[in-house]
Amino acid sequence: MTAYIVRRLLYAIPILIGVNLLTFMLFFVVNSPDDMARMHLGQKRVTEEAIQSWKAERGYDRPLLYNAEAGGLASLTDTILFQKSVKLFVFQFGSSDAGRDIGYDISQRMWPSLAIALPVLLIGLAFNISYALFIVFFRATYVDIGSVVLLVAMMSISGLFYIIGGQFLIGKLWHLVPISGYDQGLNAWKFLILPVIVGVVAGIGSGTRWYRTLFLEEIGRDYVRTARAKGLSERVVLFRHVLRNALIPILTGVVVVLPLLFMGSLITESFFGIPGLGSYTIDAISNQDFAIVRAMVFLGAVLYILGLILTDISYTLVDPRVRLQ
Amino acid sequence: MPLIPVVLWTDALVFLLLAVTALFAVWAARHEHLRAPWRRVVRSRIGVATLVVLLAYAVVGLLDTVHLRLKLDRADASGEVRHAPEVLSLLDLALSGLRERQEKTYSAPFATHLHTKEALDQPDGTVIRDYPRLQHGGAHLADPERDRAWDIAWRSLIGLIKGLSLWALLAAGLVWWLARRHGQPFDAVRDRILRGQTQIPWRTVLGTLALVLILAFVIGELALKYHVLGTDKVGEDVLYQALKSIRTGLLIGTLTTLIMLPAAILLGIMAGYFRGWVDDVIQYLYTTLNSIPGVLLIAATILMLQVYMSNHADEFASLVERADLRLLFLCLILGVTSWTGLCRLLRGEALKLREIDYVQAAQALGVGHFTIIARHILPNVMHIVLITLVLDFSGLVLAEAVLSYVNIGVDPTMNSWGNMINSARLELARDPIVWWSLAAAFLFMFTLVLAANLFADVVRDAFDPRLRGV
Repeated sequence: MTAYIVRRLLYAIPILIGVNLLTFMLFFVVNSPDDMARMHLGQKRVTEEAIQSWKAERGYDRPLLYNAEAGGLASLTDTILFQKSVKLFVFQFGSSDAGRDIGYDISQRMWPSLAIALPVLLIGLAFNISYALFIVFFRATYVDIGSVVLLVAMMSISGLFYIIGGQFLIGKLWHLVPISGYDQGLNAWKFLILPVIVGVVAGIGSGTRWYRTLFLEEIGRDYVRTARAKGLSERVVLFRHVLRNALIPILTGVVVVLPLLFMGSLITESFFGIPGLGSYTIDAISNQDFAIVRAMVFLGAVLYILGLILTDISYTLVDPRVRLQ
Repeated sequence: MPLIPVVLWTDALVFLLLAVTALFAVWAARHEHLRAPWRRVVRSRIGVATLVVLLAYAVVGLLDTVHLRLKLDRADASGEVRHAPEVLSLLDLALSGLRERQEKTYSAPFATHLHTKEALDQPDGTVIRDYPRLQHGGAHLADPERDRAWDIAWRSLIGLIKGLSLWALLAAGLVWWLARRHGQPFDAVRDRILRGQTQIPWRTVLGTLALVLILAFVIGELALKYHVLGTDKVGEDVLYQALKSIRTGLLIGTLTTLIMLPAAILLGIMAGYFRGWVDDVIQYLYTTLNSIPGVLLIAATILMLQVYMSNHADEFASLVERADLRLLFLCLILGVTSWTGLCRLLRGEALKLREIDYVQAAQALGVGHFTIIARHILPNVMHIVLITLVLDFSGLVLAEAVLSYVNIGVDPTMNSWGNMINSARLELARDPIVWWSLAAAFLFMFTLVLAANLFADVVRDAFDPRLRGV
């Protein structure tokens, strides 16, 4: 298994290089560093000198892909591509175009992101699974049909409306919690409640429906029929057999999102004014800060690959039949 | 010439999409294994009801896709015929009343007065602060307090009658057609439909159609004299905006997949069929694309496009073209992020299919690889393609709203539900609150996405071979 993991990790390197090349091309092939400098300094009344110094300060004064002036190996390494990419692989994100240290920002901002993402994940999981079990228990009755209609309707509502509605109802109309903002340490809880509730509610539709299908698929299996034939009650069948066996797909589904929790939710965070990584990225996008966006893309790719590997490992843990080679 | 047709990039693609759909329909009609699932779809009550709703949306979207420039009334001194610079669609022309009747600022649905107080000059020279009358909404009423409710009721009734008459005409036509096809008397067919005994649930079709038509005619009748969904900050009719947004939503949902479909099908099947290094390269390609969080990839490319556009502003003739190009680009990039899933599914299926006897037999007989793919593999993975298409649609419509909200979606000048929500988000904080823009966007989006979700379920159930026995 160790060999397998090592191979998977090595396999991640070409993928990350690909991700890097792709984002690099997206940013720099169409827009030269000159364009970027002009944009950051403001279009009007910008001198050539100012552009040059802006570029020199941020390391954009080298050639893009190939440095003809430098000889030998330096013709490849002394370029923007190399200088700006290689450090990403050791998680040295450098400084943003506005001059702040990206690595420090990320280490500060990942905690608020986690503080929202983790409760949303856990509470959502608990609620969705219990609701799905409830529906399956009453399958083929009006409870089932009504619930499915409700779930499809909930799925069809844009996430934006959950946020807007939540802020309006709980924050503005009932004055239960502040609408947006954040506080240090444990005082943050009252700012976190609303986003967590909204996050959980927004996920009920698709989540519960997915678990319901899982359970229904499981309930048609032979071992369930055997268990029933043995005279076990529906409750025991459901909780002891169906739930336990359905845990495998549930667990693997959860594991794959675990690393991505760090990334934060782009929309939720910027809506609720929470200083996490999601709002960080959104701000970077609206400020057109390429350095931050590239760093976040890279980080996202790393976490995604990590998630895939974790999923494979979790397979072996829950299902002894799976062997990784 | 009284008008010049204008074909925007997305328009051209929509026409292409229609052509492809028509070709596919003809092709599917000749193949039993494709016709049978569709038969199942149209025999489901939910299937036909949602189909009617989706078609209603499609009609509005298509009307909004035919663009043209009108002739100006006055020719200039040389006598040369000139055309307006403005690009309009058929929908704009049909709704020209709504488009042109702008108020000063917010007004509530069916309001006769503005939402905000203004200083008004009275005839006797004094100035008071009050809500001024709207220029268009309910302007025909002498005493709005007294007449408005009656007027609305009366106009609704007229709309109801008009809608019902058209519906009755259509329904009679349908029954007549069915009667002729089956060689049965008119009355017998009618009674069978009424009792719900037809194979295709025509009763549901007609019921939904009645609902849609009545709603459309009542709203249409009222919209002639009122702002049915109110007006927004600059006084533009919200109903008009919501209707215009339909095209954007539909385009994002359909073009995105259409653009990437060829690549996904070709690469997916190739990876599964040829295996070896072809498989490795294609797998690498989609894993790489997949590893980039979708929103970030979209943000990055839209950002790039924005900078490019601001640096090369002279290359884009008009705002409409600019917005259109951005929409196309958004579809493209959304496609790039969403094709990988389909590609992976097709690869898996192709891996399975290539081991099946008839494919092996074809290979042994020396049939070329691409002939085998076209003859044997492609037709047998079509159901996966179709299921993915319909399942993705609603997700893409929802994604459009979110992306536009974060300013990485469609152009801010383009009508879309995301832009409507975006510009309305602070209105809830006003006092008294302005809720109608949000409500309109919610209503239109919810109906479309709900219909699409339900329809997708029916299609999946009909096409998924695993569910056949159930």
